[in-house]
Parts: sequence; C-alpha cells; structure tokens
Amino acid sequence: MVAAFIGLVWWLVDNTVANLASQNVATGFGFLGNNTGFDINQKLIAYDETSSYQRLLLVGLLNTAIVSVLGILFATLIGFMVGLASLSDNWLVSKLAFIYVEIFRNLPLLIQILFWYVLLIEILPHPKKSFGLWEVFFLNNRGLYLPWFTTLPGGGYLLSVIGLFGAGCFYVARKARNMRELNGQTKAYVRNYILIGVICLGGYLSLWGVPFEANLPALKGFNFRGGLSFTPEFVALLVALSLYTSSFIAEIVRAGVLSVSKGQFEAAKALGLPSSVTMNKVIIPQALRVIIPPLTSQYLNLTKNSSLAAAIAYPELVSVFAGTALNQTGQAVEIIFITMSIYLFLSLLTSFLMNTYNARVALVEK
Amino acid sequence: MQQVIKWSRENLFASRMNALLSLASLWLIYVTIEGVLSWAFLNASFLGEDKSSCITRPHGACWPFVTAKFNQFIYGNYPAVEQWRVNIVFALGTLGLSLLVAGRINFKKQLAVLMLTAYPVLTFILLSGGLLGLSYVETNQWGGLLVTLVIAVTGIVVSLPLGILLALGRRSELPIIRIMSIAFIEFWRGVPLITVLFMASVMLPLFLPKGMNFDALLRCLIGVSLFASAYMAEVIRGGLQAIAKGQYEAGKSMGLSYWKSMRLIILPQALVISIPGIVNTFIGLFKDTTLVMIVGIFDLLGIISFHFTDPNWTSPQVPITGFVFAGLVFWVFCFAMSHYSKSVERRFSVKGESK
Repeated sequence: MVAAFIGLVWWLVDNTVANLASQNVATGFGFLGNNTGFDINQKLIAYDETSSYQRLLLVGLLNTAIVSVLGILFATLIGFMVGLASLSDNWLVSKLAFIYVEIFRNLPLLIQILFWYVLLIEILPHPKKSFGLWEVFFLNNRGLYLPWFTTLPGGGYLLSVIGLFGAGCFYVARKARNMRELNGQTKAYVRNYILIGVICLGGYLSLWGVPFEANLPALKGFNFRGGLSFTPEFVALLVALSLYTSSFIAEIVRAGVLSVSKGQFEAAKALGLPSSVTMNKVIIPQALRVIIPPLTSQYLNLTKNSSLAAAIAYPELVSVFAGTALNQTGQAVEIIFITMSIYLFLSLLTSFLMNTYNARVALVEK
Repeated sequence: MQQVIKWSRENLFASRMNALLSLASLWLIYVTIEGVLSWAFLNASFLGEDKSSCITRPHGACWPFVTAKFNQFIYGNYPAVEQWRVNIVFALGTLGLSLLVAGRINFKKQLAVLMLTAYPVLTFILLSGGLLGLSYVETNQWGGLLVTLVIAVTGIVVSLPLGILLALGRRSELPIIRIMSIAFIEFWRGVPLITVLFMASVMLPLFLPKGMNFDALLRCLIGVSLFASAYMAEVIRGGLQAIAKGQYEAGKSMGLSYWKSMRLIILPQALVISIPGIVNTFIGLFKDTTLVMIVGIFDLLGIISFHFTDPNWTSPQVPITGFVFAGLVFWVFCFAMSHYSKSVERRFSVKGESK
C-alpha cells in the first residue's frame, strides 16, 4: 500500500514536470522578486506597480488580517449579545434572537457577501448625495468615510504613556485583589485609577501638548478626501462575515450557558447576587470553558471564509495572490502551495493552541 | 383576553427593563416587516418582459427578472426537449428523500442504500445520456439548481463512505494508515475551499498526463467531495469515540474480524449518534457549493449572477432581487435540513432519558 502511494505521487510529479516543461512555465520561487506591474486599491503598507510579488503577498496577507480581526471583534460582540438574548426571560427578545440565528446561519456566506456588495454599490447615492451624519461620517457608493486624526510631532510617545498607564492600573488591580484575598476588604480603588490617569495625562500634555489634528473627510471634486476611508468591498465583506459568524457564535454561547448546571444559578440567587453579577462572575466564567474551543474554530473559519472576497475583488490573500498573481505568472504550483501553506499554518497553530488550552482548563475528574 | 394580559405581563413586561426591551423589539419587528413588505410587494414590479417596468419602480423588487429567467435558473442551458430527464431525477430524489425522512415504512435501510448507490448511477445515466438511446448532453450545458444539487448530492454520496474510511483510518492501530489519514484530514480541513477549487481548476490538469483531461464540473466535484469527506471524517470520529469500549471488546470476544465487528456492531451505533453532525456537514457542504461560481461553473448563484449582465435586464434592483431569490432557495433547503437534524437530536435525547 505504501509502495502504491509512493508510486502514485511519483507519477503525479512526473506528469507535472513534463506538463510544465511543455508549457514553458518557469519553476521555482524566483518570481517572488519580480515586479508585479499592477496596483491595488487597498494597502496598509507602501505598494505600487514596481513592488515585488513578495510585497504583494504581504499586502494581501495584511488585508486578510485586518478584515479577519475586525470581523472577529464584531462577530464576537454580536454573537454574545444574540446568544444571551436567546436565553432571555423576555419572550419577544428570545424569539427575535432565534429568528436572527436561523436567518443568517442558513444563508450561504457568498450570497450574503454579494448581497451587501450590490446593496452598497447599487442603492447608495453618489458621493455628491452621500448620507452624512453630523457632517463627519459619510456613506456613499464609493465607500464609508470616518473622521480620523493625523499625528503631529510627539504623538509617537503616546503609546508608551498608554503603556505606563496600563502598567499602573495593573499594579493597583493586583494590589486590590491581594488585599481582598488577605482580609476580605472590597474597597473600591477607583480613586487610585483616576489618580494614575490624571498623572499620565497631565504629564503628557505639559510635555508635548495635544499632538493630534482632526482629519475630517470632505467632498473634493468627485470624491471624498481625508479621514479614514473603507472601500465598499471591505464594508460588504466585513458586514457579511460578522453577521454570518455571529449566528454560529450565538449558538455556541447559548449552548455554553445552558451547560452550566441549574444549581449554579440557584446558588447565586440564594446568595442574593443581582442578575448582572450572577452572569458576569458566576455563569460566564464557567460557560467559557465550554464556549472557547468551538469559538476559536469559528474564528479560524472566519479567517478562511475571508477568502470568499475573491468574488467581489477585495484585495486579500487569495484574491490578489492566488488570483491576479497566478494569472500573471502562470506559476500555479508554487502560488497555490504558498497560499495553502499559510492557511494550513494558521489552522494548525490554532488547533495546537486550543489543545494546550483544553488541557489546562479541563475539569479534573476523579 | 385576561389570559393574554397575564401572559404578556409575565413574559414581556415583568420588569421596567423588560418592558423597555419588549418595546424596542416591537419597534424592530415593525421596521423590518414594513421594509420587507414594501420592497417585496408594495413597491415591487410583477409583470413585464424586460427591465422597463423595473426601472419605473426603483424602490421595489424586480420579480419579472426571476419569472423570465426561471427556466434558466433551474436547468441552465440544458436543452428544453431533454428537460424531462432532469425532472425525473428531481422527482425520484424528492420521493426517495421524503419516504426516508417522513415515511413509516419497514424497508428504510434498503431504501437508504438504494438512494446512495443506484440513484446516483441512474442520475448520471439520465443526465449525461449517450446510453439507451438518450442523446448526449455535455456538462457545460448543465446549470442552475440542477448543478447545485448535482454537486451537493455527489459531495454527500462520496464523502459519507470516504469519511467513514478516514475516521476508521485515523483510529487505526497501523501507524502508516493512521498518519496518512491524519495528514489527509488536517490538510483539507486547514485550507479554505476556494483554494481547493482553484487547485482543482488550475493544478489538476497539470498533474495528469497529456491528453487525459476532466471536464470542469468533474474537477469541482472531486475538490468538493475530498474537502467534505475530511469534515465528515471528524464528525464520524466523534461518533466512534462515543461508543463504549465494551462494545469493541464484545466484538473481539465474539471472534469477529475487524471489518465484521465494525460493520455489525460499532458503525451502526456510531453513525446513528453522528446523524446531527452529519446533517450539519451536509448543510455546510450545500452552502459551500455556491463557491464553484468563482471558478466559472454556472450553479444556481452563478447563473443568476451571469444573467445580471443581460442588457435587457440592467437595472439596480435586478441584482438585489436575484440574490434575494437565490438566498430564499438556499435558505429553504438549509432550514429544512437543520430542522430535520434538530428533530432527530430531540428524538435521541428523549430515548436516552427514558432509560
């Protein structure tokens, strides 16, 4: 059987080499250094026609990353909200949550992406007639425009000051917990947090002043300039991925909360805890043990699903690299190999982290 | 009336917060229903031969597009005089499935086997023809719902046995078989389907010797089936793991061979436990069939999008109506399947509790 397998592989490789030779396609990864000769409309790092395929790969990967990270964020928020809503005492709220899940889970993601995309480009007005909110948010068929800021000198130090503030808060929180565990004191340390905040902010402002300048989008000529802009492709993909994945996350959250035994609810009630504390301190921490493993696999699915952007030409990994770059170079074997390896690496990494996590939180039963 | 008031007091207005939520929900329901109704009915155009009636009603659905292209959406370019063959396939499939799901018959097992073996063969003969005096219909003429269902059913029929073999392989005691199964499963589960389809459409021709070539649909079928069988394998592995160790030992102590004990003792139990998971994989597979459109196959979604370019039907509402129609069709199939899987789950959990 092993011999048959090796024979099969050898036969396939032999065919491939012969076919490539007859088609005059170069082999090897040398093409990564060549110029791509085309530009793309969304890039987080410098890129133009003269950049190499290697750079293109990085740009695509970053575009995959940004839509995945934001998608994960929104999907988690909506998913938790809907999942908890489906367990609500309120009949109407729980029914609405169920309907939400049934609608978005049972529609193919590709249809959802295409639907939002045509809705954005066909129904939204031209830039001159954009929907505006307070004259700073704009939505039209060229994209979504948000107010943003430009950094002036001294802005670079902000991150380190925020870091300092975080470290201070962490220290105070640790101390508060130690006190609580030591003598049961539950004194609020809000005062200390405010103090740290004031010191950091005051120090920063006196040293560098306000280092930002508002950068508002404004109509110039045929389109908006300035601010933070997102293409319709990006918005459509993000909305579809978030809604689709959130319906699965809602089901996971619901199952997780239901897995916590009823006695825990009753115990919290008997202690007289208000329902928000019951949820946050008793139920959710226990439910998370059940929720997190399937939740991570949903995150991974979302990342893999972002490849469907190829249908609406959002320039992410599959669309620019396995699409455009492949058509230009013809080096199918290498390009598909690189693309698949990236996803495979991500997925193996996730399942490795999950197994580690599972081993750590699993209930040790006797 | 009093009961209604009592019920809503308990379930909708139990506290001030609850009342607020109820009112917000009512408002949400009103806005949604109002929007959907006015788009789909009040502002929609229903009759017309081309885009003219849709352009005069720019805020509503363009249903004439769907009615005018309906035949294409179902059969693609399948020759009109041969469409009865497709209809027979559809009818047999519906009959078989509804008997399996709802019928109270005592030859269910035989019917299931028949649906998984004889039905696909018959379907292939009927659809592609070239035999028994049926004229040959090339696969590039197939399209629409027909292709969607062909891909989904092939995926299901191939992935089930392949998934079982892979799941058994992953639990095998022979290291080579185990490693090969694990590598296969993890590879297909780790990559997005779209890269698999790209691979099938650009790399498969490279792997094969010159002159030997598959048609585009077959390449997609291979890609989708292999992809689905990896997911199926994991679902069935879950079922296998849930079977008590004693069952395996019982099989051994009866002196049954490995295959016999699997076939007679383990698999019947494991498969029944995994039915909800299997159906969920089917739902995922069915939704994933839409991706073949990206590599140029005209499945239901693909053919609908293709017709947006028809100059007789260029209006902003046409693509929206088209996607809503496609969404409705897919939604009905997926919802029915998930409903079925839930009812099976409920039946088993009741059985388990009554013990």
